[in-house]
Amino acid sequence: MTVSDETTRLATASTPDGAPTPERGPEEVFEATVAAEGRIEPRDWMPEGYRKTLVRQIAQHAHSEIIGMQPEGNWILRAPSLRRKAILLAKVQDEAGHGLYLYSATETLGVDRTELTEKLIDSRQKYSSIFNYPTLTFADIGVIGWLVDGAAICNQVPLCRSSYGPYARAMVRICKEESFHQRQGFELLMTLMAGTDAQRAMVQDAVDRWWWPSLMMFGPADGDSPNTQQSMAWRIKRHTNDELRQRFVDMTVPQAAALGVTLPDPALAWNDERQAHDFGEIDWAEFTAVVKGAGPCNAQRIAHRRAAHENGQWVRDAASAYAAKHADRSEEPAA
Amino acid sequence: MDADDNVYDALAAADHDGRWAHGAGFDESVVEVTAPAPDGVDTEDLAAYCLMLADDALVGSQRLSEWATHAPELEEEVALANIALDLLGQARVLLARAGHLGAAERFRVAGRASEATGDGRAHDDEDVLAYFRDDRFFRNVTLAEIDLGDFAQTMAWMLVFSSWRLGLMTRLRGSADPVLAAVATKAVPELAYQREYAAGWVLRLGDGTELSHVRMQAGLDAVWPFVEEIFGAHAVETRLVEAGVAVDPAALRADVDADLEQVLPVATLTRPERPAVGLVGGRGGRDGVHTEALGPVLAVMQSLARAHPEATW
Ligand SMILES: [Fe+2]
Ligand SMILES: [Fe+2]
Repeated sequence: MTVSDETTRLATASTPDGAPTPERGPEEVFEATVAAEGRIEPRDWMPEGYRKTLVRQIAQHAHSEIIGMQPEGNWILRAPSLRRKAILLAKVQDEAGHGLYLYSATETLGVDRTELTEKLIDSRQKYSSIFNYPTLTFADIGVIGWLVDGAAICNQVPLCRSSYGPYARAMVRICKEESFHQRQGFELLMTLMAGTDAQRAMVQDAVDRWWWPSLMMFGPADGDSPNTQQSMAWRIKRHTNDELRQRFVDMTVPQAAALGVTLPDPALAWNDERQAHDFGEIDWAEFTAVVKGAGPCNAQRIAHRRAAHENGQWVRDAASAYAAKHADRSEEPAA
Repeated sequence: MDADDNVYDALAAADHDGRWAHGAGFDESVVEVTAPAPDGVDTEDLAAYCLMLADDALVGSQRLSEWATHAPELEEEVALANIALDLLGQARVLLARAGHLGAAERFRVAGRASEATGDGRAHDDEDVLAYFRDDRFFRNVTLAEIDLGDFAQTMAWMLVFSSWRLGLMTRLRGSADPVLAAVATKAVPELAYQREYAAGWVLRLGDGTELSHVRMQAGLDAVWPFVEEIFGAHAVETRLVEAGVAVDPAALRADVDADLEQVLPVATLTRPERPAVGLVGGRGGRDGVHTEALGPVLAVMQSLARAHPEATW
């Protein structure tokens, strides 16, 4: 069984119970649909809290795709082979596409892209903190594909079964592409590890810098994650942060061994009793600082996004003006 | 946790689906470049011509890639990357062809492993030519290397560049060299899309707001001095035109003029009347005599590859 087939089937499964009837109010229909693993669609009734939670989560995800273009975009012009340049350019392009699908999903909830972009550049909405770390060498491109896209997949594959239809469908498409990114990143690292001493050192250095921030991508520990329970009840989220983090560690350890890199955690060890890996404590002070804006690149990322948005205003204005003129002209009676 | 949440399954499911820009996937899908030069055609001339067409695309692609993460809208982010990828794909095949004809030999780096592929062609010819060649050996027209300025100037540049290259590739489909003919056949629809995209924006910006109109005209004016050079034939081109291999650049003037005549009046823009930039002792980009812009572009592009000359990536 493949995820894509399975999730496609689930994502297109129809809502088991139809419209509200005189006996059942909209709220009951909503609860029954969610409980039966059905899909909530844009025109269905939904609680305001559900809508708000979704908008927050999808917007944050969309912003992450767009901000995430920057650390990788940093190496497009310097990619050391034409094949790697093509791969990286295509990947950064994919992330723009992911942002587009996700902003479209928020539009089905009545919130448009411009409004969300303004919230992002005013720092009123967040994006994944991982992108507040710098890409210092080309090995970072491989490690981002392997660990960051890998962690994103762990987080996102369950979202392909999210209760909100447009989100679930966007995630099916996105997950397929993210898994391609992860394979490309891993393949780059395999090549570098088979290369020169300098290339191998570059990979280890990149792993040392990205490992802990990758674990932080799963968010606060379950005890400190206030929104998780409600999101799980609404089937917006399917697993807790700590469950997903554990799965990521268990999946990554053998991959690190295959690569021949050391994960920078002395406490990392297989626990036979738990049938899982134990690992060290995340530096939650660093996590909190980066979330609050004090990471190495927070200010730079937002300033960059703001500049692109503001510098593009005259272009967007021209497109609207042209479209308006065009519409006027087509409405004019023929002379 | 459920089986359908398994990430390994997701990885296994991501097969090459043809959606990827050529060369970005795991299956390399390049045009076969190993055919011998057609009878009576000078191999060095053919290699030089391949470099000319490759460098136009490679340097143009590098310039367009500067837009990544800076585009005015996400749709433009996607489109500009698409166009840069198309040009990069054209460049890669043409560089491999030039390499097969011997153009990479003088730039080879000692100690660099040239992974030989099954056909005996050094796999890294394209990279040797892209990364270990100095600007004096680049054969692109200077139009390909100039700063693209703002979005309006980029669209003016793209309209001229794509109109010219589309005319070139359309004719090159009939080239006596089967590799050039195959490259051209693949490139024509890509360039037709680029021209459509650029023309659409030249219209919107030219006939949009007062501000965009001013910027669009200024962008066109800035690009204009570099247009004359693209219609001039280098001696290599002249010889290969006679052999039925190359396209006469002079013939492309009518194509570009026709496109501009169609677009500019509707966009309320004026065809610039600006003198062409002067050549240095009669030599231009095709002779390896460039503007000051190319050096820094290549310095950025080549920096990492040159820091590790023996490495493959
Ligand atoms: Fe993405
Ligand atoms: Fe990705």
